[in-house]
Amino acid sequence: MSNFRDTGHLFRFAGIFVAAILIFLAIRGWLVPHTFGQYGHYRGAALNEIAAKPVHFAGHQSCETCHADIAEKKSSGKHASVHCEACHGPLAAHADDPSIQPAKIDTAVLCAQCHETSAAKPKGFPEVETASHSNGVSCETCHQPHSPALEAGGAQ
Amino acid sequence: MNMTRRQMLVLLPAAAVAWESLLAGTPESSPNYEQTQHWWGMLIDIPKCIGCGNCVRACQSENDVPDGYFRTWVERYHVTDTNLANPEVISPDGGKHGFPAAVEDSGKYFFVPKMCNHCADSPCTQVCPVGATFVGPDGVVLVDQKYCLGCAYCVQACPYGCRYIHPTKRVADKCTLCYHRITKGLTTACCEACPTGARQLVDLKNPKDPIHAFLKTHAVQVLKPQMATGAKAFYNELDGSVR
Ligand code: HEC
Ligand code: HEC
Ligand code: HEC
Ligand code: HEC
Repeated sequence: MSNFRDTGHLFRFAGIFVAAILIFLAIRGWLVPHTFGQYGHYRGAALNEIAAKPVHFAGHQSCETCHADIAEKKSSGKHASVHCEACHGPLAAHADDPSIQPAKIDTAVLCAQCHETSAAKPKGFPEVETASHSNGVSCETCHQPHSPALEAGGAQ
Repeated sequence: MNMTRRQMLVLLPAAAVAWESLLAGTPESSPNYEQTQHWWGMLIDIPKCIGCGNCVRACQSENDVPDGYFRTWVERYHVTDTNLANPEVISPDGGKHGFPAAVEDSGKYFFVPKMCNHCADSPCTQVCPVGATFVGPDGVVLVDQKYCLGCAYCVQACPYGCRYIHPTKRVADKCTLCYHRITKGLTTACCEACPTGARQLVDLKNPKDPIHAFLKTHAVQVLKPQMATGAKAFYNELDGSVR
């Protein structure tokens, strides 16, 4: 023991070292968010924050609870696979509060978006050259949007 | 020194309590959603896509995507016998308003919807210097926009070009696989709006999901498999010319 003289500076050094570690831990505890590392190298709370964003498309199940008649009609027609909001647009606000009126649809634009003739479309998808097919008459004068095929009364 | 320690000891539980109450205060986003019970992906059925652009529009209104930026977009390929290796690809405004009419010729046309592949071994999450982007416990690649610095490393790292810096928030932004919807039992906005079922949300951990039968019976690929990203956007009948 007596071999070591002037050990004071070692203790001072150790003191500074310990203080530095404690300051580091304090700053780290203050800067790193509480849920960081809950699931991995990220803030766990972010998952719930992202999940809490508002929904704009209510989903077809929601529409079908109130508009069962239309859902019924649609499910037996050619548009069975086309969900309500594919045509009507996002209507979660309306589904929450039906007094909010959905916007009217311009069928000249809507129907052409899917049905306008193009060689790029998969073979077998029903296509028409809207301009010559309808002659400017709006599509729903002949086709019902919710069940568009013309079985009876169509030009054979 | 004692002061710092004491402050820390006082501050930490206080912060913890504050956090806990903050978390409890957020709307019950997912009352009985169990993160570990899911492993999400997307099935994209190329022969069914008609290029209507419904998915692009739906995504933009569901997620308030700024004009000119895309979390999902649709490309139209035109492959002829002279440009097999370098086909003509167009995506006017991301396909948001559909595509110009194409005329029949000797080549072939098809549409390829693109989006974040929600890679299991994602290059974008690996380069983030602060842990602001990550693969969640349910396999969805997300950005913690409160934590993101906007350094754009991830934008460069994504091999699929699926990320951008949000023009006003100045942080990384990308497809969340509609995390706010799938945690509530809804499908994504793009799948909801797709008229032909060309896009389908799939849950690889759900043994009843039709994806398992589909994968067995179809020629399904991912984009850039050579990058070994563990991509989970599965493309049915993907043409070899697609980059
Ligand atoms: C809570 C019940 C409810 C839900 C859910 C609901 N609606 Fe409605 N909807 C109504 C009622 C009631 C009306 C009738 C309003 C009127 O006639 O003034 C209406 C009217 C409409 C109209 C306009 C009818 C018109 O005469 O112009 C459309 C379009 C519509 N709904 C579509 C939808 C779609 C698409 C959804 C799914 C997102 C949906 N609704 C969900 C109750 C509902
Ligand atoms: C193919 C596109 C398309 C789909 C799919 C579709 N609609 Fe419509 N719907 C229209 C068009 C077009 C109109 C008539 C124009 C208007 O009222 O804006 C309309 C009108 C309506 C109306 C008011 C008129 C009426 O017939 O009572 C309601 C309510 C409605 N739709 C609900 C629904 C619901 C619910 C679904 C899903 C089950 C649905 N629609 C699916 C295109 C569509
Ligand atoms: C969002 C895309 C979309 C929109 C918008 C849309 N349709 Fe369709 N339509 C489809 C799909 C998908 C089918 C089913 C195709 C099939 O059976 O392969 C279909 C089928 C049809 C058919 C039946 C064709 C046949 O095989 O007999 C007619 C007619 C039709 N649509 C007319 C319309 C009219 C009129 C409108 C506008 C009110 C409209 N569609 C809007 C997607 C759409
Ligand atoms: C004057 C009445 C009329 C109007 C208006 C009309 N259609 Fe038709 N549409 C028909 C008839 C009739 C058929 C059946 C023709 C056939 O089977 O060849 C048909 C067939 C279709 C088909 C199926 C084609 C196929 O290959 O199976 C589609 C898609 C279609 N119409 C879309 C539209 C769209 C979109 C509009 C609006 C731009 C529209 N129609 C307006 C009468 C009309």
